[in-house]
Amino acid sequence: MIVLLLALGIALVFGAKRFYGARFIFPGIAAVLIFIAFPVVYTIWLGFTNYSSFNLLSYERAVEVLLSRGTVDPDTETPFAVAEGDGGYRIWLPDAGLLSDPVELIEGEEEAAPLAPADEPAALLAPRDAIPLRGGLQTLTLTTPEGVELRNSGLRSFARVTPEYRRTGEETLERTEDGATLTADHSVGFFTTPEGERVPPGWRVGIGLDNFERIFTSRGVRGPMLTIFVWTVVFAALSVVFTFAVGLTLAVILQWPHLRGKAFYRIALILPYAVPAFISILVFKGLFNQSFGEINLILEALFGVRPDWFTNGTTARVMLLIVNTWLGYPYMMLLAMGFLQAVPEDHKKAAALEGASALRVFFTITLPQIIPPFLPLMIASFAFNFNNLVLVLLLTNGGPDIPGTVIPAGRTDILASFTYRMAFDDSGTQFGLAGAITLIIFLIVATMSYLNFVALRRAAARRSGRPAA
Amino acid sequence: MIVERPRDLRIKKILAHGFLLVFLALILFPFLMVISISFREGNFTTGDLLPRNPTLEHWVLAFGQPYTRASGEVIQPPYPVLLWMWNSIKIGLIASVGVLAVATVSAYAFSRIRIRGKGVMLDGLFLIQMFPTTLALVAIYAIFDALSEVTPALGLDSHLSLILIYLSGVTLHIWTIKGYFDSVDVALDKAAAIDGASPWQTFRYVFLPLAVPIMAVVFVLTFIGVVNDYPIASVLIRSEDKMTLAVGSRLYLNEFRYLWGDFAAAAILSGLPITVVFLIAQRYLVSGLSEGAVKG
Repeated sequence: MIVLLLALGIALVFGAKRFYGARFIFPGIAAVLIFIAFPVVYTIWLGFTNYSSFNLLSYERAVEVLLSRGTVDPDTETPFAVAEGDGGYRIWLPDAGLLSDPVELIEGEEEAAPLAPADEPAALLAPRDAIPLRGGLQTLTLTTPEGVELRNSGLRSFARVTPEYRRTGEETLERTEDGATLTADHSVGFFTTPEGERVPPGWRVGIGLDNFERIFTSRGVRGPMLTIFVWTVVFAALSVVFTFAVGLTLAVILQWPHLRGKAFYRIALILPYAVPAFISILVFKGLFNQSFGEINLILEALFGVRPDWFTNGTTARVMLLIVNTWLGYPYMMLLAMGFLQAVPEDHKKAAALEGASALRVFFTITLPQIIPPFLPLMIASFAFNFNNLVLVLLLTNGGPDIPGTVIPAGRTDILASFTYRMAFDDSGTQFGLAGAITLIIFLIVATMSYLNFVALRRAAARRSGRPAA
Repeated sequence: MIVERPRDLRIKKILAHGFLLVFLALILFPFLMVISISFREGNFTTGDLLPRNPTLEHWVLAFGQPYTRASGEVIQPPYPVLLWMWNSIKIGLIASVGVLAVATVSAYAFSRIRIRGKGVMLDGLFLIQMFPTTLALVAIYAIFDALSEVTPALGLDSHLSLILIYLSGVTLHIWTIKGYFDSVDVALDKAAAIDGASPWQTFRYVFLPLAVPIMAVVFVLTFIGVVNDYPIASVLIRSEDKMTLAVGSRLYLNEFRYLWGDFAAAAILSGLPITVVFLIAQRYLVSGLSEGAVKG
């Protein structure tokens, strides 16, 4: 369907003279719509479904899987032997006196062969020599002249296979074991017994607001969600404050006209920004390691303390902030250096002449002049840290875990990493719930983006209003 | 502040240098440690900043060669670092070229061609650009999971899918390049139009040559962004030989197989080229970020 829309779009844009200008924009807009807008919308739509590791398949596939299941009936076990002959192997069932058509017995390939009454073949493989053929035997289905299906049930025997479920109607299955009737329940995406027991695998269905209900009412979800939300906001805000403070301080020092060796300091101070973040974060993960990390060795030698960076929630959070400040201050420093140059020198001189101290000049003249252009960038930085998935995933992977939660949630998890782990960690892939949380994040991010947009517009208007500055 | 006494000035200078040097020592500590660790023996031993028995073991392994210890024991490289590097570079280059092509053409149109609803589209692009891709991870996984049943080439574990997703990085760069085109004198277009050039020809022969510097910047930025990406690659790529550096490096510090020394060597080997490229490009990056975004 997407392909069709795309083709239609191309035809329309390149066919009609009227849309000449659109030809240039079309590729860009198409890329944005397909790769950003569509996935975001689709993720949110998934939030209204039960898509998870239990409800992964479509309805048709789920029925297929259920119908293909069979149990081996141990009462019907019968010994077998393998005969090697021209064109492959033949299976000989001595009790019934049946011999199969030639089969290849290739491992991993489904094979079926009919059985027919015959005399015992002359050359039977010794049981030991048949063992290497086990892989091929396991995927072999034999059919007796009466139409009963037999499958390999052990090293020495074949046995009758009875399907676990039989289709009795459009939406119903019968369980062979106890004759219970299973009805497809499209509101939960499972076949259910009259007693309400759900039979996996299920299929994907829309479940309305259930995921949101879980987020806001289930204690095992709501509790950690709230903690994580608060921590996400605190983490993003503190990251902005720390990186801004450190970056600005360094920028002010580097702007000092009497300082020599500026170029060297500048390059050295930018280094944390230049090294790929995934590498520096992993380096910190190693250095902070509790038992043999270099940081704890030094701390122990100097102060005799060994903080447990990864198992204690508070120190883990402190570590996250330290690393993030280290990663983020050069960006703020570079920006601050640019903005500081725009502050007119004579304002500062005038204040100094009036007898203001250097600190006072900074806080009353310089700071108020650089905050407005900085604002949109600080909002952007807040939004970035709000979703700083890489840092959390690589450094702590959310840990240490919050005890007593239904889904994996950790003390250092931010909303984004919480969602990521919910959807992609081994412990259970709850795409639907993750989609629902994504909608909440989306609303928050959208608000921030809009604020940022307004702030930028104001900054731009102010700039064009006073071109001299 | 204007008239400063020489003695005060000297104290201030010493203080400033002292502060900067102490700060630098703290900041650069991790780098020094990593260099030292990469020459240290074994993967666990702790030691001094200057390794007592320096060994090239981790470096040889990082280059994908087996290493023979003095005891005759042969160690095989744990992970294919060079292959991961190649994967990262390949994906980065192709995605950057794609982003550049799309972004330049779109930026030209947004800057010069009259289109209805242009303002709305630009604002929309700007808003969309602020949504992090992490929001779409679940859907990206679901989409490519479904696609891999149709064609494995466009499914999970495919570099092509990864490149396609990275193309969505165009939004920011459309703005950057548009800001640059906006500053080009309109007289140039008019001259071209008088000579009978179509908008495409104007773009191809007038604007494209002019845009080479900004295109170089966008190219480098996209490349660095793609190489540094972790979330998308980690969702789409599962098999070890398809991994990019960002996904693969994580394997070294697994709780059950902690290869600190090998990681250090591999990290320097793979991080150095990107760092150098970044240091060369960083000047443009900052001006691009603070100006390109504000020009409306």
